[in-house]
Amino acid sequence: MTLATQTAGAPVAPVSSGDAPVLSVRDLDVSVMTPAGLRPLVHGMSFDLRRGETLCIAGESGSGKSVTSMAIMGLLPKPAVRVTGGQILFGGKDLAAQGEGAMRRIRGNRIAMIFQEPMTALNPVMQIGTQLAEALRAHTGMGGAEARARALEALKLVRISQPERRLRQYPHELSGGMRQRVVIAMALAMRPDVLIADEPTTALDVTVQREVLDLLRDLQRDTGTAVILITHDMGVVAEMANRVLVMQSGRVVEQGSVDEIFQAPREPYTRELLAAVPRMGDGSGPVATPGGPLVRFEDVSVRFDIRSGLLQRVTERVHAVEHVSFDIHAGETLSLVGESGCGKSTLARALVGLVPHEGTIRLNGQPIRDMRRQDRLRLHREVQMVFQDPMAALDPRMTVGELIVEPLVIHGIGSTPERRARAEDLMQRVGLTPEHLSRHPHEFSGGQRQRICIARALALNPKLIIADESVSALDVSVQARVLDLLATLKREFGIAYLFISHDMAVVENISDRVAVMYLGQIVEMGTRAQVFGNPQHAYTRRLMAAVPVPDPGFQRPPMPRMASEVPSPVHPVGQGPTRVALRDVGGGHLVAA
Amino acid sequence: MTETTNTVAAAIPTDIRPGLFRRLMRRKAAMFGAGVIALVVLGAIFASQLAQFPPDQQNFDGLTLEGAPMPPSATYWFGTDLLGRDLFSRLLYGAQTSLIIGVVANGLSILIGTAVGVTAGWRRGWVGAVLMRFTDLMMAFPALLLAICLAAIFQPSLWIVALVIALVNWVQTARIIYTQTISLAERDFIAAERTLGASDWRILRHHILPHLLPTLLVWGTLGISITVLLEATLSFLGVGVQPPTPSWGNIIFENQTYFQSAPWLVFIPGAAILLLALAFNLVGDALREEMDPTQKGRG
Repeated sequence: MTLATQTAGAPVAPVSSGDAPVLSVRDLDVSVMTPAGLRPLVHGMSFDLRRGETLCIAGESGSGKSVTSMAIMGLLPKPAVRVTGGQILFGGKDLAAQGEGAMRRIRGNRIAMIFQEPMTALNPVMQIGTQLAEALRAHTGMGGAEARARALEALKLVRISQPERRLRQYPHELSGGMRQRVVIAMALAMRPDVLIADEPTTALDVTVQREVLDLLRDLQRDTGTAVILITHDMGVVAEMANRVLVMQSGRVVEQGSVDEIFQAPREPYTRELLAAVPRMGDGSGPVATPGGPLVRFEDVSVRFDIRSGLLQRVTERVHAVEHVSFDIHAGETLSLVGESGCGKSTLARALVGLVPHEGTIRLNGQPIRDMRRQDRLRLHREVQMVFQDPMAALDPRMTVGELIVEPLVIHGIGSTPERRARAEDLMQRVGLTPEHLSRHPHEFSGGQRQRICIARALALNPKLIIADESVSALDVSVQARVLDLLATLKREFGIAYLFISHDMAVVENISDRVAVMYLGQIVEMGTRAQVFGNPQHAYTRRLMAAVPVPDPGFQRPPMPRMASEVPSPVHPVGQGPTRVALRDVGGGHLVAA
Repeated sequence: MTETTNTVAAAIPTDIRPGLFRRLMRRKAAMFGAGVIALVVLGAIFASQLAQFPPDQQNFDGLTLEGAPMPPSATYWFGTDLLGRDLFSRLLYGAQTSLIIGVVANGLSILIGTAVGVTAGWRRGWVGAVLMRFTDLMMAFPALLLAICLAAIFQPSLWIVALVIALVNWVQTARIIYTQTISLAERDFIAAERTLGASDWRILRHHILPHLLPTLLVWGTLGISITVLLEATLSFLGVGVQPPTPSWGNIIFENQTYFQSAPWLVFIPGAAILLLALAFNLVGDALREEMDPTQKGRG
C-alpha cells in the first residue's frame, strides 16, 4: 500500500461572476409522449454555468436531473422524449435545435459526460489504451502514436497506478474505481468546456468515492472545466458544489450558492431533503439493552472454490469470510460495515443457509448445520432477510397479497381468512393500505416495495431480521422513513437486526453495536459509542473519514491517500490470508492488532 | 402441498385469473387465431360428416381424360390429386393426423425438454452435467436419421410417429429452459424464498415454472409448424403415417413433383399448415402478453 499525502480539499472558489456563461439553459421543457398526450419531465428549467464552476443538480429519483443532462448532450430517446421548449445555449448555438451530426461533433469533444456505471461506458473487448486513443483520434484526427502518448498522459492525469500497464489491459481487469478513472480520463482527454457527471460515484465504495471526488476537484482546478454534477447525495453536494440546483418532480425548487442552500434553505422541500440526510455523529446516545445471545458465530469461515484447467481441479479459493466469531443478542441492532467484497453479505447468507460455511453458527444454542427439518423450519421462521433491491427480491408475477401470505403458506400457519387478515394487518403496519394487496410489485415505488419486503419478513414474527443493504438503494427521504419503520418495529416486537451496510452515517444512527469487516475478517467491534467515539483500527478511521459530510463549511483533515487497491481475497489452495487477532482495548471494544 | 396452493389462489383476488379470457376476447389477432384453430378442430372432428368423398376413394371423374388431376371446381372444391382423390376430403381427414401430431408430439417434446432443462438447471452439479451432455449429444445427432432409426424399430403408427417426433425435438427446448432456469435460480427472489424455508418443489412450481411459461408458449407455438413438417418428411421417407391415411404433410410430399402442373396440390395444404401455425402463434403471443402482470395497462 503506497501512501502519499493529500492536500486538504475545500471547494474551489468560483471564477469571478463577470464571465460570460459557458452553457446557458433557458426555460427548458422536456416532455415524454404518452398515450394521454405530452407529459412534462422537466419544466421551465433555467441556469447558467460558468468556467471553472461546479454546479450540482440535486434531487431524488424521478426529479428530472438525469433527463436534463441527457437533453444537454442530445441523448434523449427521441422521438418519445424530446425538448418541447426553451433553449440550451452553448458557444452561441442552441443545442436543442442542432441535428445529430452537429451534436456528434460537440459530444465528447466540447461537452463530455461520465455515467454512474463505468463498465457500461467502456467497450469490454477493447484494451484501455486503444479505447482512449480511438476517442482522441475520432475528434482530432491525430496520428496513432501521438494519440497513444496523449492516452498515457491522460491516465497519468487521473492518478492511475502503473499507467503503462493499464493501456494494455481490458476493462474487466480493473476495479470499479479504476474504471471510473479511465472514464474520467477519456472524458477529459479532449479538454472539454463542460463535463457532465451523472452520479459518478454512486456505484463506488465510500473510500473509492472519496478518491474519485478528490480527483475530479483537482482536475477541475487544473483545467478550469465547468462541471455539472448530478447527485442524490447531499454530502457530495456539500463537498463539491459552488452552486446548487434542487429539483423536484421536473421543476427547480431552489437555486443558490452552496452556502445559501445548506445554511439558509428557503424552500420547505430543500429543508426536508437536508433533514433526511443521515449525519454521522460520535456514537453517543441511548442503546438497547440486549437480551441473551440469539445467534452465535463461532470461528465461521466461508470459502468458494475456483476451479480451472482441463480437469476442473480446485486451484484457488475465495476466502470470503475468515474465522469470524461474534454474538447477536435478542433485541439489539448489530451493524456489519465494510466495503464491497469484504464478506458481510456472505456472512448473512451463511446464517440463513444460502451458502455453506465452516465453523459453527448457532441459533438459540443449536448449530444450524445438520439441523433436522423441524428445526430448520424454525430457523426460517425466526430469521428473516430483507434484500437490497426490493424489485429483485419480489417475484414479479405474484400479487403483493400472494407474496405476503406466502411465508404463512410455507409454514402452514392459519386458515385462508386468517392469512388474509394477517396480510391486511401487516400492510397497515408497514404503512401501506390493504387495498394494495391485489397489485403487483412493479406498480409500487422503490420505498413501497421495500415496505412490502419488510411486511413479508414480519409475517412469521421473526426474532432476527437481516437487513442486507436494505436502504442503500432508496432516496434519502424514503430511506429515513424506512429506518424509522425498522426502529418502531424493534421497539414494539423486540426484533433484533443484523444490519449490513456500507454507509457509516446510517449505521451510526441506528446501531447498538458495530462490527467492521475488511477482507473477510472483523477488524474492529464494539458498541456504537466505542467504535464511532474512539475508532482504533486504521481501516475504521479511513471508512469514517471518507463519508461525505453534508456541511460546506466542513474542513476535511489531511488524510493519507490510498494509491493502491484493496488486496484480493483469492488465494491458492493451501494458503490463506493472515489471521488477525482481536484484542480487547477496554469494555468489550475489540480491535485487530 | 396441493391444498395449500389452492388456498393461496383462492385467498387473494388476483386479476389474472378471472379476467384473462375476457381480455383475450378483446384482442382481434388472438380471436382470429382461436377461430382458425376452432375451425380446424371442428373440421377434424366432423370430417366424416363434412367430407363429400371418402378420403382414399379414387373418383372416376376425378381425373381429366389425359389422367391429370383436376383443378378446384364446384364438385371438387380444392381439386383432386394424382389418383383422383378429393383434396378437400383428404385435408379434413389429414387435419386429424396433423393436429394430433402438432399438439401431442409438440406438447410431449416441450414436456420432456422442460423436465430435462429445469432439472439440469436447478440441480446443476453432476446431474446437470450428465443431462446437458446427453442433450448436446442428441443435438449433434442428425434428427432425421434418429427419427428414421426410431421409426424403423417401432411399427409406424400415428402415436409412435408422435412419440418419435417428441424424442427428436425436445433438445432445443431443454437447452433454452436450462439457461433460463440457471439465471432465474440466481435471482434474489429465489434466494428470498429459500430464506423463508420454501421447499425446492414449491420454488420450482410457484417461482420458476411461471417465469418459464412465456418462453414455453412462444417455443410451443413455433414448434407446431416444425412438427407438422417433420411428420411430413417422415411420411415421405415411408416411416411416418402410413398411406393411404392422409396428413397435411404427406399430401404435400406426395404431390410436390407435380408442383408445376398442379400447383393447388401443394399450395392448399401448404397454406393450411401455415395458417394453423400462424393461428397458434397469435394465440400464444396474446396469452404470453396477457399473463405477464408487468405488461398490464400497456398498449
